[in-house]
Amino acid sequence: MNDLAWIVMALGLFFNLVGCIGLVRLPDVYNRLQAGTKCVTLGTFLLLLGVILHDGVGSMGIKAVVCLWFIAMTSPTAAHAIARAAHRAGVPLAPRSVCDRYAEDGQGLLPGGEREATR
Amino acid sequence: MSAVATILMIGLVACGFLCLYRTLAGPTPADRTVSVDILGILMVGFCAVLSVATGRDLYMIVGLAWSLLAFVGSLALAKFLEGRAFDE
Repeated sequence: MNDLAWIVMALGLFFNLVGCIGLVRLPDVYNRLQAGTKCVTLGTFLLLLGVILHDGVGSMGIKAVVCLWFIAMTSPTAAHAIARAAHRAGVPLAPRSVCDRYAEDGQGLLPGGEREATR
Repeated sequence: MSAVATILMIGLVACGFLCLYRTLAGPTPADRTVSVDILGILMVGFCAVLSVATGRDLYMIVGLAWSLLAFVGSLALAKFLEGRAFDE
């Protein structure tokens, strides 16, 4: 059980590293959000799962379960809020982007680049 | 403290420095907001490793509080980035 916990935590470190390299290397704020949030959430998930496997459900494991649930609920919410705010603040997409469905929907910037009149 | 825990901590600190690089060099304010949000989640994982390595559950409480504050902080930064006031 101990070795399994360390293996799970090493896997979590791997996902965290991949997410942070993506945060540095990708060209665009939306791509960075995509790489960073998903990989780092899974990595932290696995680190907390390692705590539960290492210690069982004791005083530490219960807190790890609560923390894990909270991370799984809040991290996608924060990522969604940041992406929406960035799009509405007019952060441009990378030049290689293919399409912008959110602007086509009339929710963010219009295709000409000006802001929407009524929010 | 076991050697595996030391390696895990060094790797997580390296991840934190990558996030800090993006915080310093990000061309738009949205990049800085993203990296601060991700740094908060990373520190929760660091607190988890620290609590396993030392065997004290105090650090897990620190991680729990840190995850709460990181969530509220990134929501506030996102609202501020959108150009609205907080009471709107």
